[in-house]
Amino acid sequence: MNLRTIPFSAWIGIIGIAIAIFCALFAPLLAPFGEREVVGDVWLPAGGDFLLGTDNLGRDLLSRLIYGARTTIFVALAATVISFALGMILSFTAAVTGGFVDQFFSRFNDLMMAVPTLIFALVVLAVLPQHLWILVLVMAVLDSTRVFRIGRAVALDVAVMEFVEAARLRGEGTVWIIFREILPNTLSPLLAEFGLRFAFSILFLSTLSFLGLGIQPPAADWGGMVKDNKDGIIFGISAALIPGGAIAALAICVNLVVDWLMKRTSSLKGGRGDA
Amino acid sequence: MMESGPITGPVATDATAGETALRSSDLAGIPAKPNPAAEERGGTIWQRFAFRRPLAALILQRLGLSVGLLFAVSLMIFGGIEALPGDFATTYLGQSATPQAVENIRQDLGLDRPWSERYLSWLGGAVQGDFGTSWASRNSVSEQIGNRLGNSLFLAFFAALVSVPLAVGLGMLAVQFRNRLPDKIINVISLAAISLPEFFIGYLLIMYFAVEWGVATFPATVYNGMGFTDRLSAIALPVATLVLVVLAHMMRMTRAAILNVMSSAYVETAELKGLGTFRIIARHAAPNAVAPVINVIALNLAYLVVGVVVVEVVFVYPGMGQYMVDAVTVRDMPVVQACGLIFAAFYIFLNMAADILAILANPRLRHPR
Repeated sequence: MNLRTIPFSAWIGIIGIAIAIFCALFAPLLAPFGEREVVGDVWLPAGGDFLLGTDNLGRDLLSRLIYGARTTIFVALAATVISFALGMILSFTAAVTGGFVDQFFSRFNDLMMAVPTLIFALVVLAVLPQHLWILVLVMAVLDSTRVFRIGRAVALDVAVMEFVEAARLRGEGTVWIIFREILPNTLSPLLAEFGLRFAFSILFLSTLSFLGLGIQPPAADWGGMVKDNKDGIIFGISAALIPGGAIAALAICVNLVVDWLMKRTSSLKGGRGDA
Repeated sequence: MMESGPITGPVATDATAGETALRSSDLAGIPAKPNPAAEERGGTIWQRFAFRRPLAALILQRLGLSVGLLFAVSLMIFGGIEALPGDFATTYLGQSATPQAVENIRQDLGLDRPWSERYLSWLGGAVQGDFGTSWASRNSVSEQIGNRLGNSLFLAFFAALVSVPLAVGLGMLAVQFRNRLPDKIINVISLAAISLPEFFIGYLLIMYFAVEWGVATFPATVYNGMGFTDRLSAIALPVATLVLVVLAHMMRMTRAAILNVMSSAYVETAELKGLGTFRIIARHAAPNAVAPVINVIALNLAYLVVGVVVVEVVFVYPGMGQYMVDAVTVRDMPVVQACGLIFAAFYIFLNMAADILAILANPRLRHPR
């Protein structure tokens, strides 16, 4: 892969993601104030000591934004990784085994997908206690239904190839076939899918936090920060728009990179269509 | 899948686009096969019916499938909640509650009965439109929903009215100018719009239209007996938000669907024959693009019904979504279950509509091999 072949839009995306990850990793060093520290008056305008102003309790908005990057990216990433692990293992097992197992997993997946994700999450979170790991798990399980669908479709294409048949005839077990034959040959389309699901996870987590069901205060999180500061909007205070903009910017950056990855994958296939 | 661009915004549509395709192949089942031998052998009543009227049989089958799916979803919503840990009584009274007080509340709410019994009585009530009483407010859930469902549908209806023609028009424009400047501009803007969370768009619109310029109202309060024009002006901003949320996605899918048709062999043949652009689109591309575009619209409408949840919370609009979110925070299970079931029902039946419309618009789907 040549660095010069990466289009301009993808560079914007890569740089944006890099900045966000940098903020997340070195939050305590970068943030001028503490995450939960009340440093001034409520809703001070931007400028002076506080680059972006203060929030509804008088905490520094910039510091919370930097710490929020940590929470948001970590939780979204954890949920995506778990959902991929779960979805891919189940879908590859279904594709390789076939028969009853395939039918059972696929029909159950259809059932899960028949309820919209947000509604499903609302119903489940209404019952479960509010812990961070439960939130991550719920997001991961709901997201894994989408991974399952794509993973199964991709794996079915590969599972009928000659080299898989050869491996079967050699007497390799299912686990070998999944990890050594199918996984390496499906990585490319699944990588683009991973980015897509990550962007979706960021938006989904922010939506849940905004509804008050995601990450609980006082921990900083971009969706929750919008919720905290939303009452200021009526008075013309834009504090809620800043974390909202951060979510949007990160999601756009991820999408720009995914767009490029997808074009690369589809151009490998050739064909007349540019759809 | 007719989708190839990145899709993240709407929760469900990206997957459901494939879902319908999968359903039509996987779940179509045996009876719909037009089996020539069925007539001679006699067969069952259903087989003969399916042979004589394959279209009606297919549609009936989809209807039955959706009802079955809805039933399974109701079981999952109710049974899943039972299986998960957590208890309203202990949450409601706090950790320090005496066992006696917890027991009293459980008896009061009927939680001491076995869950299968409660499920059957709940389902029986739900079919008749009775969702029981709310635990938190002790009001009838159905009454509340009756008021709010209308409000939500009102909002979704106007959002659909604006977004559907706009999305199809812009999608066609993007195809017409494929890979040229207008297409690229539309592509970049829609990619950005897909990445914006609903609440961000909502507050951005409030900030500028309601606060800075004062041309719109916030919050979007509606009440019984409100005039139609007042109501329209109250929902202007929520509708605009919903349109922006769903528009980019619908447009990208429309563009992909039309491009898919435009890059097929018969359109290439028509081009090579020397036919004009208009003739190609009107006679060759459009009839084949109708089915996928209708499918795209129905899928996005299904999303719209769900998308109202966040938008209603942002605009403090008295609809179903707001009701459900409020109930979730206080763990008012009868309300959560009722709202969840109704949202799921809308979603399932709009998906079914997409399926049936696709069958109607595409003769080839009527005879699955």
